[in-house]
Amino acid sequence: LAGSRWTRVRRRVRYWLSHRRRERWLSEEIGFHLKAMVDDLMARGVPEREAWAQAQRKFGDMTGTVEDARATWIARWMSDLLQDFRHTRRGMRREIGFTGFVLLIAGLGIGVSSTVFSVVNAVLLRPLPFRDPSALVWISNDGRNNEEWTTQVGHFVDVRAASTSFVDMAGWTGFYHVGDSELTGVGEPERLTSVPVTANFFSFLGVEPALGRTFTQEEGRGRLSSPPAVILSHGFWTRRFAADPTIVGQTLTLNRAPVTVIGVLPASFDFTSVFAPGTSVDVFIPWPLTDETNRQGNTMKVLGRLKPGITVPHAQADLTTLAKQIESQHRDRNGFAPRVTALETRVSGSVGPALVVLAGAVGLVMLIVCANLSSLQLARLGARQKEMALRVALGAGRLRLLRQLLTESIALACGGALVGLGLAVAGTREVAHLNAVSLPLLTAVGIDGRAMLFTLVAGVLFGVLPALSVRTVTVCDELKEGTRGTTRGGRAWVGSSLVVGEIALALTLLVGTGLLSRSFLRVLDVNLGFRPALASALRVDPSFKFMSFDEQNAYIDDVLARTRALPGLMAAGFSDALPFAGDRSWGVRAQGQVYPKGQMPEAFIRVVSDGYFEAAGIPVRAGRSFTGRDRATSEPVVLVNETLARTLWPGQPAVGQTVALDGGRRVIGVVADVRHQALEEVGGSEMYLPMRQTSDYDQMDLVVRATLPEPALTAQVRAALRPIDPNLPVHAFQPLQELVDRAVSPRKFLVVLLAGFAGFALLLASLGIYALISQSVNQRTQEIGIRMALGASAADVQRRILLGTLGLAGLGLVLGLAISRFLTVALASLLFGVTPGDPATFLGMAGLLTAVAVLAGYVPAWRASRIDPMVTLRSN
Amino acid sequence: MGTKPRTDLLSGTLDMLVLKTLTRGHMHGYAISQLIQQLSDDLLRVEEGSLYPALQRLELNGWIDGEWGLSANNRRARFYRLTADGRKHLSDEAARYRQVTGAVARVMGFA
Repeated sequence: LAGSRWTRVRRRVRYWLSHRRRERWLSEEIGFHLKAMVDDLMARGVPEREAWAQAQRKFGDMTGTVEDARATWIARWMSDLLQDFRHTRRGMRREIGFTGFVLLIAGLGIGVSSTVFSVVNAVLLRPLPFRDPSALVWISNDGRNNEEWTTQVGHFVDVRAASTSFVDMAGWTGFYHVGDSELTGVGEPERLTSVPVTANFFSFLGVEPALGRTFTQEEGRGRLSSPPAVILSHGFWTRRFAADPTIVGQTLTLNRAPVTVIGVLPASFDFTSVFAPGTSVDVFIPWPLTDETNRQGNTMKVLGRLKPGITVPHAQADLTTLAKQIESQHRDRNGFAPRVTALETRVSGSVGPALVVLAGAVGLVMLIVCANLSSLQLARLGARQKEMALRVALGAGRLRLLRQLLTESIALACGGALVGLGLAVAGTREVAHLNAVSLPLLTAVGIDGRAMLFTLVAGVLFGVLPALSVRTVTVCDELKEGTRGTTRGGRAWVGSSLVVGEIALALTLLVGTGLLSRSFLRVLDVNLGFRPALASALRVDPSFKFMSFDEQNAYIDDVLARTRALPGLMAAGFSDALPFAGDRSWGVRAQGQVYPKGQMPEAFIRVVSDGYFEAAGIPVRAGRSFTGRDRATSEPVVLVNETLARTLWPGQPAVGQTVALDGGRRVIGVVADVRHQALEEVGGSEMYLPMRQTSDYDQMDLVVRATLPEPALTAQVRAALRPIDPNLPVHAFQPLQELVDRAVSPRKFLVVLLAGFAGFALLLASLGIYALISQSVNQRTQEIGIRMALGASAADVQRRILLGTLGLAGLGLVLGLAISRFLTVALASLLFGVTPGDPATFLGMAGLLTAVAVLAGYVPAWRASRIDPMVTLRSN
Repeated sequence: MGTKPRTDLLSGTLDMLVLKTLTRGHMHGYAISQLIQQLSDDLLRVEEGSLYPALQRLELNGWIDGEWGLSANNRRARFYRLTADGRKHLSDEAARYRQVTGAVARVMGFA
């Protein structure tokens, strides 16, 4: 029987879907019935006219019959609903402007908030894509001035063995660089980014390889320079090997040594989006925990997995004690002051405040949208009061009427949600592919169902609310009030407060955006210490290994000479650390100076050749820069930046002093400080070693200053360098400006989005003002007409209306300024070069909003002043 | 507005009569009403206002199938046909009806 009920339901749905056709059939069938009756009557000799009359009389209420018959398969409430929808659709078509407008506003609001909430969800709320991510912690090494340092291998090994708080620890070396491995052999030679990770890294995170296996303990004991095995990232495997499933077991030539592919990672594992946003990684190699790697000093970024029941503070206490013991047993090692942070906090930490601001901003936008929808509905229902009253008078049930209003509101809100869904899908897709933005976890951004649902419900609610509130007034009073053109205090008050609220919220958004935009401009204005314009860089490590200083320096000389010979090239030099990359630092001391342990000044180390300062545009403040004659055989020299000069030799000229390094290096010059970490931070101490006097660097970037445009530049340099090393993998030059852009990208991302929101809010607020004032002008047409008939001039009328507008705006502004003053304090950590209470921003934005408000109020005011008193008075 | 009272027939009986009529072959709504009237010696008159809802209901339940065809004087008419389910339902209903009327007759002392 259940089966037959199911078929009945199915049939009912089918009938319902084809209700139009079935209704037509029904009336056709009944028409046939009538004709058949008439035929019979006529056959019995009744005249045709009489026969029709009889048949119709006999048949009775035809429409009623059709409706009754239809009611067997389509419930009455449903047909009423359909009727409501038809009514709504007709209404929408009649007021196409209003409808389009509401759909657009609701759609934009819902779309934008869904997108932003989806981003916030991906970055802040959703767990990291690892097994049991809440137990994962980040263990950094606390340096001086709250700097975050990496950890020495020896410390890692000892702590991992002795700590009782952790299930396990894993790590990778923080000193891998983009393109620091070289793939040769099959196909085009290519520079790869390879990350050395501890053998247990993937099992530690709970990442299962898509193909093959992960590293074994054995593979984690070899030499770093000749890894026995390599694991491919999913992206690299797809790109380079067309997702060849037989890749596991094949041998590749990595850095001129054979290495076996043992596995391919799943697409879901995205190392960079979590740990190094905005970059990409091609392969993973084992990071051996040996004396060899221990000697490299602080190298490791360390993760730990807490045992169940162990908290972060507990683990912190445990590690601090342990680190002290280990430090005292191994005085030869670098310091170790572990700091434990929950990994989730650490990953989202840097962008957390920005996203919270975005989420807050979008919340404000949504509020304004809702207020706007409400006031629009209010205005529209106000205009339709007579229609409603008439329908009530004609016998429409109160509930029936309310239901119609609800249907309209819900239809509008759902339409808006549909538009919003489209926008949100496009928006999240766009955001997930923002490669230029270094925000963590962005690739994981997908449209979030809950966020969507949440905003949809909000939209529907706000569509419905005005219908609920207005109804009570509408039906009772409208017919009584008739056409008297008076203003109604109650409803006007609701409308005005909605608009005041909109203005206040819009001002808050404007002020926040203004502060952040000013910060952004200040950041762009910062003196970087180098001039990115015209400068670009190219990775040019040779495909062979230097066996001697002679060989290395011959390569440097040769590359520089050939490059500089090219037309349009103003300068060329080598560096091992481009701006915003590389943070290798050593303790340095002035010759003869003794510092207590842990107090030795620390400086970032850059290995550069002559020509680098000219190419990058770093000014030399004192002494001279490197030349081609600073070679392995000549006197050991060094350059320091202004900060280091001040730190090591306060109050004395640095040039001529000696740094205690490699048996004493003479300072030959002082160069300007470069903002190497971030645009917002001063660079700290920096020391430059001449590349021809050291082999202690692991990448060679050729930096040039050239008027030659791309791609000619790359092509010419490639041609020039081919004779030196035919296997040199040469990509395109990367402009230094790109590095700067990338460094400011999160800030720009925030500012652009906020500016968009603020603009939208401004538009909505002005529309709200416009709608409110127009409505009040419409309602007061007669009053205005009378005033003018009694002698008020057009200017008087305009002034009155504009003053009213300004009153509203003023109230909104005061409220908005108070809210802003309160909220912008939360922005403090994101501001640069402006205070949260910056008066210029506050006043400027208030002025802007006032101007817009006056403009929005002026249009209806102008229209009011054109009212012809005779026409309005006569019309009543 | 209320539903029309079905005064002339016991509730459910019309359905049974329509189904029974259709055992004679497929026919349109008018023919059904005429036939019921004839077979009952003009005692039972089928109201059009009840017939069409009944037809819709029967079709919805899958007991009859409607399709368009041509009437005797070449007009387009909807013809109904009894389905296998309908046949089964009819025999169930007839049995039930016989029981009920038998019981009523016994109570009334007709039997």
